[in-house]
Amino acid sequence: MIEVNGLKKGFGDRVILKGIDADFHKGRTNLIIGQSGGGKTVFLKSLVGLHDIDEGEISYDGVALGSLNRKERKDLRTRMGMVFQGNALFDSLTIEENVTFALNMFSDMSESEKRDRANFCLERVNLKNVNQQYPAELSGGMQKRVAIARAISMNPQYLFCDEPNSGLDPKTAVVIDKLLSELTEEFNMTTVINTHDMNSVIEIGDNIIFIKDGFKAWQGSGEEILSTDNEDIKDFIYSSEIFRRIRNK
Amino acid sequence: MYFKRQLESLGRYMVLLGRTFRKPENLRMYYQAFMRDLDLLGYNSLAIVSVISIFVGAVVTIQTAFNLDDPFIPQYYIAIATRESIILEFSPTMVSLILAGKVGSNIASTLGSMRVSEQIDALEVMGVNPAAYLIAPKVVSMVIFNPILITISMFLGLVGGYLASVGGVMGVDDYIYGLQLDFDAYHITYALIKSFVFGFLIVSISAYFGFYVKGGAIEVGINATKAVVASSVAVIVSNYFLTQILLV
Ligand SMILES: Nc1ncnc2c1ncn2[C@@H]1O[C@H](COP(=O)(O)OP(=O)(O)OP(=O)(O)O)[C@@H](O)[C@H]1O
Ligand SMILES: [Mg+2]
Repeated sequence: MIEVNGLKKGFGDRVILKGIDADFHKGRTNLIIGQSGGGKTVFLKSLVGLHDIDEGEISYDGVALGSLNRKERKDLRTRMGMVFQGNALFDSLTIEENVTFALNMFSDMSESEKRDRANFCLERVNLKNVNQQYPAELSGGMQKRVAIARAISMNPQYLFCDEPNSGLDPKTAVVIDKLLSELTEEFNMTTVINTHDMNSVIEIGDNIIFIKDGFKAWQGSGEEILSTDNEDIKDFIYSSEIFRRIRNK
Repeated sequence: MYFKRQLESLGRYMVLLGRTFRKPENLRMYYQAFMRDLDLLGYNSLAIVSVISIFVGAVVTIQTAFNLDDPFIPQYYIAIATRESIILEFSPTMVSLILAGKVGSNIASTLGSMRVSEQIDALEVMGVNPAAYLIAPKVVSMVIFNPILITISMFLGLVGGYLASVGGVMGVDDYIYGLQLDFDAYHITYALIKSFVFGFLIVSISAYFGFYVKGGAIEVGINATKAVVASSVAVIVSNYFLTQILLV
């Protein structure tokens, strides 16, 4: 479980997050939604400690991130997986080397075990026969899926995904959504996903947090979000014609 | 204000060095990175260093012969002068300056593009120390290989002088004789200490400029240029102090 209390973060004079409280439970798929530029990525990076936060506290299973020494923080991170919005694949390494990177660094698996693990992870994101290619040789959506395979290679306890299905076709997007929510249940992970895909929100959102103007404007589940009276949420979701039609049915 | 910014940069450089020399997570992975860097930063510079050294060695010999063109000065003095300028200054300093351009821009732009494409963040989130994994193998490969490269450069510089003497600017026998006359092996030690220090400065300074890039492709380019300028200045300035300390 990850707890966030009064998280504030800004850059220079600009405050992006103005005090956010949130709980992310194990085995549940937690979603962060909000407008582009609303601070979702900043929130996720603060959560994993890539941004130093200005105020507030973040704790992992009761242990405050700020209280960890260097080694404890590194240990915690070997139990995290993260998918960056821009993939952040290692471009000088092959796909297989990307997926097995953390295994090479931290596990004592044999070469064949690592290869099997890489193939397993790649298959789960519907990728085959790309092991020896380089990231630049794959399409954007394929790169995104490699990034997901890399994030789950170590069987993380905490999984963070920044827009995991942006740039994917609707069918693959659903496959990825299903995969992330299945893995979350199967391995009892704490999963936090940034998204603005309303389909994911309704399909896999166990716990949804809506960030607006730096504050948490709403929190609830994928079912609740369709029936809520919250004006901000309505304004956000029903800006698309399809969802307006669904509501009017 | 300007002075304060420079001090801050120096502080950040020191912090980065501190983060670079920490215990590796996995020796095998670091060793592989070291071998890759040895290839990229070391072997890959061999050709350019060789060509430059031979030609400069020849030119130095011709110029010295031209300036010492006096019947009262024995010709083997030309060889002594050539030898000393190559060993003391040309090979360690000039070759390091050339490498500051070649290796420095390579390191700064590689690390810079890893920074802006969040690959460095990705390493960090995995629990890897990106400074150590990305920079330490480069530093080690360069401080090992730079002295080797400089030794090769000295040798080839003297070969260049020999070729010039064969070409007729002075007697070949005088050249060979002069090379051996009054030879002080400490000058080689001095040159190798310099190359070691220069290698360290070039890699660590360029890595600093690459590692902390903010922005995009343009900033990567800007910082690669800054890396070359800063590491060249560092080589020149430290050359003065090392010479004061080691030779005087
Ligand atoms: N490193 C940074 N330095 C300065 N400002 C930043 C930095 N990172 C983000 N910001 C600012 O913070 C705000 C929130 O950005 P963020 O990337 O979190 O948005 P987002 O919700 O993820 O948007 P999107 O859905 O488009 O990915 C933006 O206005 C951005 O300009
Ligand atoms: Mg974002």
